[in-house]
Amino acid sequence: MRKATTEPAPVRALLIGVAFLWLALIIFLPLAAVFTQAFAKGWGPFVAALLQPDAWASIKLTLLTAAIVVPFNSVFGMAAAWAITKHEFRGRQLLINLIDLPFSVSPVVAGLMFVLLFGANGWFGPFLMSHGIRIMFAVPAIVIATSFVTFPFVARELIPLMTAQGRAEEEAALTLGAGGFQTFWHVTLPNIRWGLLYGVLLTNARAMGEFGAVSVVSGHIRGLTNTMPLHVEVLYNEYNFTAAFAVASLLAGLALVTLAVKALLEWRYADQLSATGH
Amino acid sequence: MVAALAFLAPPRVERRRRARSAMPGLGLTLGMTLLWLSLLVLLPITAVLIRSLSLGPAHFVEVAFSPRALAAYRLSFGAAFGAAVINGVFGTLIAWVLVRYQFPGKRLASALVDLPFALPTAVAGIALTAIYANTGFVGGALATIGIKIAYNPAGVVVAMVFIGLPFVVRTVEPVLADLGKDIEEAAATLGAGRLTIFRRVLLPEIQPALLTGFALAFARAVGEYGSVIFIAGNMPFQSEIAPLLIVTQLEQFDYEGATAIAAVMLVVSFLMLAAINAIQARERKWRSVGQ
Repeated sequence: MRKATTEPAPVRALLIGVAFLWLALIIFLPLAAVFTQAFAKGWGPFVAALLQPDAWASIKLTLLTAAIVVPFNSVFGMAAAWAITKHEFRGRQLLINLIDLPFSVSPVVAGLMFVLLFGANGWFGPFLMSHGIRIMFAVPAIVIATSFVTFPFVARELIPLMTAQGRAEEEAALTLGAGGFQTFWHVTLPNIRWGLLYGVLLTNARAMGEFGAVSVVSGHIRGLTNTMPLHVEVLYNEYNFTAAFAVASLLAGLALVTLAVKALLEWRYADQLSATGH
Repeated sequence: MVAALAFLAPPRVERRRRARSAMPGLGLTLGMTLLWLSLLVLLPITAVLIRSLSLGPAHFVEVAFSPRALAAYRLSFGAAFGAAVINGVFGTLIAWVLVRYQFPGKRLASALVDLPFALPTAVAGIALTAIYANTGFVGGALATIGIKIAYNPAGVVVAMVFIGLPFVVRTVEPVLADLGKDIEEAAATLGAGRLTIFRRVLLPEIQPALLTGFALAFARAVGEYGSVIFIAGNMPFQSEIAPLLIVTQLEQFDYEGATAIAAVMLVVSFLMLAAINAIQARERKWRSVGQ
């Protein structure tokens, strides 16, 4: 006989079926479409699309952007998490909310903000122009907009983790005469490394994939300021679907790797990722 | 699970008894944080708000609430609301299935749920269009029965369902997992059927989490750009979302119009953030009273 706290087998099967159907329609089929479209004409056009100079330039620009943004935001995220979790001060909750702010701002609005600061009519535009410094429609603007969008990821991973871990270990190290940085390096960092890695992964995935904010500030100059997602848009709008999906499949591959590592981390180090008790 | 959730819900720092902390590095780390935060986040947001204020109230209202802008808000907010409702239903169903049942492919299904967090929005946009256009796998089948998804407001909803789904699943899932079976058993002993138990016992328990997930999915969908513009059709007054209108006006060097609309969207973001915080504060209070 069936237990009173579960459903009859047909209902269970139906619910599982609906869940699978929905996931297939909304998530799996689109994902599969990226790869089938990319290889629709075989390996030759796929490889050719990636070796094309503009595509290659967009790949390099995306890697460059991530290489600048990810370390910067990781260091910032660690600093923010240290200040917030290891110390008491007024306005901590406000600070956490402010760090979260970029999550709720539309990427397009984020891009516009930097146009208003660094554009020709922006606050700093005339100054920058007269000193020959180029930020808008160039790599610096892409890096800045990407930094804004990925700003909260590392701090968001570390704050709950470090709150749960408390301060006892650090206090012990300090009592034994370790310096501040020594304590961080030898005590805190080993405790948070998997959470940190996860935050870095998310930052990297978003940095390489950001579209809206970068689209507004990049100027769309082919071969110069088009990142991979922007290059996908250009190719797609030219009805060059195979090439668009070929570049898109690299980004989809990155997303799959990110998810795989995340699943691995959650499975292997569940206790160190979520010390909060779930 | 909490790791996946950590960036959805603001973490609360428990207030401890105030004591002089012996921890070093507050000046350095807090200084770095405030500097980076001010330059990267606060200064740019201030720029938008000051620029839009400098338009003057009458002109601001004229450009921020022009007929075309109003049509764009209606679509952005309406589609985001519809998508959040759909995600509330199917997200809860998927969370339920993942928590309560054992079946082959469960790991894979769970991993797929997170894909919208990791997949670049532009890639999602062209992929959804490929599937839901008339020539696509699903779109073609629907076209034969007269339903058109892509290049329609319905396409906007589909894209917003895609990007919002994990928010609902990942907020409801841990709450469902934490629920003890004792209350369900008690209800069953008293003669309640499964549907009554779900409606009267389980739904009230997961309601705050569901509301949070709904609000997060809605907030994300309102500002969404990349995954929507490929599938939307982008006809002014019909299938043009507010972020796209900002981009269009920027391309026409209409900075005033773009700034005014951006200011409206920013204020809505702040309100959503405040609402999400309020829901969670109320839930925490309620839970602490309950224990």
